[in-house]
Amino acid sequence: MTITEKILASHAHRKRVTPGESIWVDVDILMTHDVCGPPTVDIFKREFGQDARVWDPTKLVLLPDHYIFTANHHANRNVRLLREFAAEQNLPHFYDVGTPRYKGVCHVALAEEGFNRPGSLLIGTDSHTCTSGAFGMFSTGVGNTDAALIMGTGKIWLRVPETMRFIFEGDLPPYLMAKDLILAVIGDIGCDGATYRAMEFDGDAVYALSMQERMTLTNMAIEAGGKNGVIAADSVTIDYVRARTDAPFEVVHSDADARYHSEYRYDVSTMEPVVAKPHRPDNRAGVGEVAGTRLDRAYVGSCTGGKLEDFVAAASVLKGQEVGIDTYIVPATTEIGRALHTTDLDGVSLHEIFENAGCLMGQASCGACLGGPKDTFGRNMASEVVISTTNRNFPGRMGSKQASVYLASPLTVAASAITGVITDPREVLV
Amino acid sequence: MQVQSMEKTIRGLAYVVGDAVDTDQIIPAEHLVYSLTRPDERRMYGRFAMSGVPAAGQGLPFGHTPFTEPDVYRSRYTFVVGGTNFGCGSSREHAPFALTEAGARVVIAESYARIFFRNTVDGGFVTPFESEERLVGRVRTGDELELDTVRAHLTNRTAGEVLLLRPLGDIADILKAGNVFAYARQAGLIPAAP
Ligand code: SF4
Repeated sequence: MTITEKILASHAHRKRVTPGESIWVDVDILMTHDVCGPPTVDIFKREFGQDARVWDPTKLVLLPDHYIFTANHHANRNVRLLREFAAEQNLPHFYDVGTPRYKGVCHVALAEEGFNRPGSLLIGTDSHTCTSGAFGMFSTGVGNTDAALIMGTGKIWLRVPETMRFIFEGDLPPYLMAKDLILAVIGDIGCDGATYRAMEFDGDAVYALSMQERMTLTNMAIEAGGKNGVIAADSVTIDYVRARTDAPFEVVHSDADARYHSEYRYDVSTMEPVVAKPHRPDNRAGVGEVAGTRLDRAYVGSCTGGKLEDFVAAASVLKGQEVGIDTYIVPATTEIGRALHTTDLDGVSLHEIFENAGCLMGQASCGACLGGPKDTFGRNMASEVVISTTNRNFPGRMGSKQASVYLASPLTVAASAITGVITDPREVLV
Repeated sequence: MQVQSMEKTIRGLAYVVGDAVDTDQIIPAEHLVYSLTRPDERRMYGRFAMSGVPAAGQGLPFGHTPFTEPDVYRSRYTFVVGGTNFGCGSSREHAPFALTEAGARVVIAESYARIFFRNTVDGGFVTPFESEERLVGRVRTGDELELDTVRAHLTNRTAGEVLLLRPLGDIADILKAGNVFAYARQAGLIPAAP
């Protein structure tokens, strides 16, 4: 069996499962946020009663992150509804806005707070919940109804997916990042190339990546339609997890004779920086094909491209430079936001590098990644052309449906921010 | 929300869109702030359903045909007809909710994104049928359709042709029950409703 099949089998209390069958599984962690949490609670109460209690308060994680720094009163009400529910249910894992506990983007916060544990099963009310699979676990996104059923029972039905295997080999050149690899995969198989399937990432080039970079790979499994993305845990994973939680976990590997739906091999040493053109994540181009495209703004942020290493990469390009277009810097979490001040390149903090370059600094949250209320920092309002480290560029994703969004790695976005046109990072990384 | 099994025959007008219509196009993120239960707010989902589709793609083959007219909270269209990967993108259940709230009953697409498909079924919203062949370009916005939900036959009464849909398969049990809660109760997995 593959990792995915093994984890699903163990959570269904079975020895084996076969792709295609539907099973009921136990959920280890349920995560929800300010957009989908309140409607989930409404369904939970409708179905289980006004006085119902969640199945296990220690397994429910509430991470407001989507619409935080806005004056929109409906958005603020959603955070308040989460607050009331957390108090009513006595939930220990609520990361409230305006308190020192506030974190920011849920998928990165789950990792930082030790909720991602090898061998476990995590469900979230967000499509990028597949990010957690970087930790050798099963994770996927669901809607409010499924989440409400889990809130009441701790269970969900799942169809066991077939697994597609993506093997990356070779040494990653300094001008490439995990973002380039996953954009290449999505370009190859298409936005629906992995629908209903697991995407397992394997190979020495994957195990050479840090946890943050591995999360970029699994984060975008959903952009190919994947049910989950997964990377087997190794010593890098175990070190990351051990530093954040004492909870037990179990490392699971795919069997040598596991059956895969298909297998793809990449030699990363020969790959090029990749860009996804408007308006689909699978609209792939080599950076050279679109170099010179005029831009109005650049955006570095989100669960995909707003992690500390993404900012280190962007800062390595922007150090001592000035941006030629509006450039927005939005850390995924408060922990990363603080690290911008304490992490330096040659004695200059990342925060200073960005400020000196003329970037606009935002606060930890989803920010303009999904558009959001009109007053959201960095949101597109008209026909802007944007290059962004985020994960999705369907029409209107960052606010205005007249805008055009190019997706790229933090290196490519930073290089383009300086010149104001799409720029190959190799031109500035010498 | 009412839990009801599907009727045998559903009639109404078609609204046609293209491929990879994602959840941001079905209901743009800025509108997700509204309550899905308060009557004065939930109707906003009907008003803004499909409003994120770029104008040229709204109501094919004509374009520039809104799903819901401005300042009206209900759509005149019963069937949403799409191409491949309908409902890709986010997991927001607000998307099938918005279509349902606007008055649509059925989506017919060549293929679906997994979470959207699951949400329509488990939540008991619009019923998702898959077409055997591509209907975009064949069905036009405003065509009068009649769906036999049992035989999965779609009649385009305007064009006078019968189009084959795929059988509903293993989700039929949840659809018949009405939603995943009713299904889980029938299966004895959770206790009776409060
Ligand atoms: S940062 Fe963007 S993709 Fe990530 S959870 Fe927030 S809105 Fe979704």
